[in-house]
Amino acid sequence: MARKLPSKNVVVIGLGWTGSILSYHLAKAGLDVVAIERGPWRDTATDFPPAYAQDELRYAIRLDLFLRPAQETLTFRNRADQTALPIRNFAGFLPGNGVGGAGIHWNGQTWRFLSTDFRLRSHLTERYGASMLPGDMTIQDWPVSYDELEPYYDRFEKLCGTSGKAGNLKGVKQDGGNPFEGWRSSEYPTPPLKQGLGATLFAEAARKLGHSPFPQPASNLSEAYTNPLGIRMGQCSYCGFCERFGCGNYSKASPQTCVLPALMRLPNFTAQTESEVLRINLDSTGKRATGVTYVDTSGEEWEQPADIVLLCAFALFNVQLMLISGIGKPYDPDSGQGVLGRNYAYQTTSSVSVILKDKVLNPFIATGAHGMMIDDYNGDNFDHSNLGFVGGGYMGAGQTNGRPIQTRPVPKGTPKWGAAWKKATAETYQHAYSLSTHGSSYSYRDCWLDLDPTYKDRLGRPLMRMTFDFHDNELKMSAYLTERLAEIAKAMNPTEMQAHPRKGPYDSTIYQTTHNTGGTVMGDDPQTSVLNRYCQSWDVHNLFIPGGASVFPQNHGYNPTNTVGALAFWTADAITQLYLKNPGPLV
Amino acid sequence: MYRSLALTVLSFAFITCAHAQGATQDFSRIERGRYLTTLSDCAGCHTAPGGKPFAGGVALQTPFGTLIAPNITPDTETGIGNWSDDEFVSALQEGRGRNGTRLYPAMPYTAYTKMTRDDILAIRAYLTTVTPVNHKVNANQLPFPFNIRLAMMVWNWLNFTPGRFVPDPHQSDEWNRGAYLVQGPGHCGTCHTPKTILNADKNDAPLAGATLQGWFAPNITANRYQGVGRWSKDDLIQYLKTGANNATLASGPMVEAVTHSTSRMKDADVAAIATYLLGIDQGGINKPAPLAADNPSMKAGAAIYKDACAPCHQDNGRGSAELFPRLAGSAIVQSDDPTTLGRIVLEGSRAVATSSAPTAPAMPAFDWRLDSDQVAAVLTYIRNSWGNAAPAVTGAAIAKQRTTLAHSR
Repeated sequence: MARKLPSKNVVVIGLGWTGSILSYHLAKAGLDVVAIERGPWRDTATDFPPAYAQDELRYAIRLDLFLRPAQETLTFRNRADQTALPIRNFAGFLPGNGVGGAGIHWNGQTWRFLSTDFRLRSHLTERYGASMLPGDMTIQDWPVSYDELEPYYDRFEKLCGTSGKAGNLKGVKQDGGNPFEGWRSSEYPTPPLKQGLGATLFAEAARKLGHSPFPQPASNLSEAYTNPLGIRMGQCSYCGFCERFGCGNYSKASPQTCVLPALMRLPNFTAQTESEVLRINLDSTGKRATGVTYVDTSGEEWEQPADIVLLCAFALFNVQLMLISGIGKPYDPDSGQGVLGRNYAYQTTSSVSVILKDKVLNPFIATGAHGMMIDDYNGDNFDHSNLGFVGGGYMGAGQTNGRPIQTRPVPKGTPKWGAAWKKATAETYQHAYSLSTHGSSYSYRDCWLDLDPTYKDRLGRPLMRMTFDFHDNELKMSAYLTERLAEIAKAMNPTEMQAHPRKGPYDSTIYQTTHNTGGTVMGDDPQTSVLNRYCQSWDVHNLFIPGGASVFPQNHGYNPTNTVGALAFWTADAITQLYLKNPGPLV
Repeated sequence: MYRSLALTVLSFAFITCAHAQGATQDFSRIERGRYLTTLSDCAGCHTAPGGKPFAGGVALQTPFGTLIAPNITPDTETGIGNWSDDEFVSALQEGRGRNGTRLYPAMPYTAYTKMTRDDILAIRAYLTTVTPVNHKVNANQLPFPFNIRLAMMVWNWLNFTPGRFVPDPHQSDEWNRGAYLVQGPGHCGTCHTPKTILNADKNDAPLAGATLQGWFAPNITANRYQGVGRWSKDDLIQYLKTGANNATLASGPMVEAVTHSTSRMKDADVAAIATYLLGIDQGGINKPAPLAADNPSMKAGAAIYKDACAPCHQDNGRGSAELFPRLAGSAIVQSDDPTTLGRIVLEGSRAVATSSAPTAPAMPAFDWRLDSDQVAAVLTYIRNSWGNAAPAVTGAAIAKQRTTLAHSR
């Protein structure tokens, strides 16, 4: 029997990006806030000191910062006619664990979605006709527009101090930036990062072929910066230990470097770490959340009553907690009815590797969001009329690292081990470069999340089951994008080149990205969404999922974090400006 | 007129009361006392971390042994509730507490003696309003013979001159206010003034830097080499108000002084302190010639610096404002005594967090990664690069410090 704690105004489940942003704004608004986080407390000073933060074996191979499958995992299958099995080693994607969540171990790529992405189905239907879309594709318009979200993208970028070059300032095109991006109300908070030789050569080749390369927007800062919360960040040292690592130089944006120092000073905020929320509790009507029940490390259960519940866990676990708590109608792929778990999507990535024998590329001078990119083949920036697919992605030369264990490029035909392999890695390291595409993943009727009928977690709750595979539309898209990228790669005059378009089926044992989206989709219609346009549950008005990637109706050709952060600010405003004045359904 | 009449009436009421508590309903006096308590940083020693306010408990490591700051809440049994006003004033001005008990100068009565009776009684008035806490503190934990309080009679006779602050009519009001705050309630010299063998202030070199509790509190005079003379008045104000400025961040024992005291001072008082400190220059500190770059220790230090330090402190030693201290031109880096430098490299350090500078960045510990000779080499390098100059640090000194720090953990 859970022991009941004194009631709070707000309980926040998970203290990552969205949890920390919401906690800060609601505590600043005077509310009494408690955040419950299943992982440990983590802080730059004590957990990522630069004296040992760059430990590839500990963090990148042994995955020190990540969720352990024994703690929580999910089952996976490609198709409904298969039996899903538990993921016993996270590999294809890596959910975070602990305070800061995925905001600690991300690379820092800080993209906005395109204006047309926000009205995807309407836009594609208008331009190409409904017959262009596969019958089982379940993409839908977002319930917010780019114009509405722009000020919130701006706020998240200013929180992070994002480095970049605007391509569109209030509708006026800017040289050197992304000409395809939506309008921006202001320039990036800090100027672009310096580029390495590989990215510079790519940009020259892309320009020669008529494309418009620009520096990738990066929350690994090009110069020191003080954010609106008064927190100071440092200049990136290009050490190349971003993804999978905490940043000890205070230069990669994270809840630790951007929010927590100010949040933890607020006397009306408490963080309860190493405590896992078991379920969201509802009152007898099922229309109102009364708080949460969580279990601490000693196994003791606690009930934390609250007026408002904010579900801020990683996308996949937002869906699981909603399913376990029985909030919203689970999705049934056979009938197409129900919403919870619907429209799970991912990301369709591919690469082209090149060897430039006569160039010394120093790949270790790198940062997570380094690089020069083109956006010519993203979203609907190019004519899809005769291509047989929709969607796209950005592509380019982004050197995230040159770490010694995992960066071992070799020419084609090199043995996989032994003296010849050693010789080849030594000879190739300084001359190899990987170009990549970051493609969209649209949603489909047969890609969804539900509770596994067989397997349970350590707390006796059903594991979540993922059913997902790449569809022809995405594989065609990836083939097309990879061909375009290979054309540019060829213009770099490589000694050797290999193109790796994405091939099916989806393999959860090979790392691709941790951009798991959908399952608690936001929308204008309760028949096809779990949340309304304010990320508020249609069924339980005092429950919000403020912008985790589980609210995306489908995934676009960009990294999700900037949109996640923007939606967190958007929801914070909705709660403080609308909901607190008149608690109830906002739509 | 009305005001002075009111004051007279209040003073009268004060005198006629049997105990000090009688006059404590005067809001402005209590408020002034609260602020003077902040200026004097009473909480720094008398409030234990996580403990009840002013209930005592902070251990002070002196060269002679440990003293625990006592309970100064108005509890009559374990605090100072039974003290008379005269006893309270005597404790601060003369170093003699209830019934004439002699205090140890870890209680900075050598500074508080500069304070006016009126200011001290305002503090007293404020302290009578805090929650009484029944918490017995065994203050005197010194070994024999230092535990004999009567010994302080001799110490005081040798080292202590009671007396109020006397303004200098040739200086501005602001300078005089600063002088009063620094010499009196702020008791800056308690840490920053060099000490004699008897641990008394060396009066010929006030605020020129001193070693205590395993830290070197740097020179805070306007000396451009080892002091804060390169800082503007605004730099110094920003440091005291926020704990961080373009050159450095407060860490070590100064964290507590910034947290409890300087960050809560009125702007005018911080400005006065800056004016006074930037007006002190004893001179007489000669900057030596730097060690040659081809000195073996310098070469080793340069390589270690590039590998371990440069990502934050930069190749040019300039650091990053309000985040990573600037080593070039730093007083701590060039101090004769490298105690603080060695300690920060060995065990790391965390800067203070204040509401206007909440970041609190940290220096990581390198004791596990660099041996004593390597630490000495990198310190020698930063003490003799970018225009810095200071004597080399020896591996033996770092090895000794390593042992001392290990024992103090």
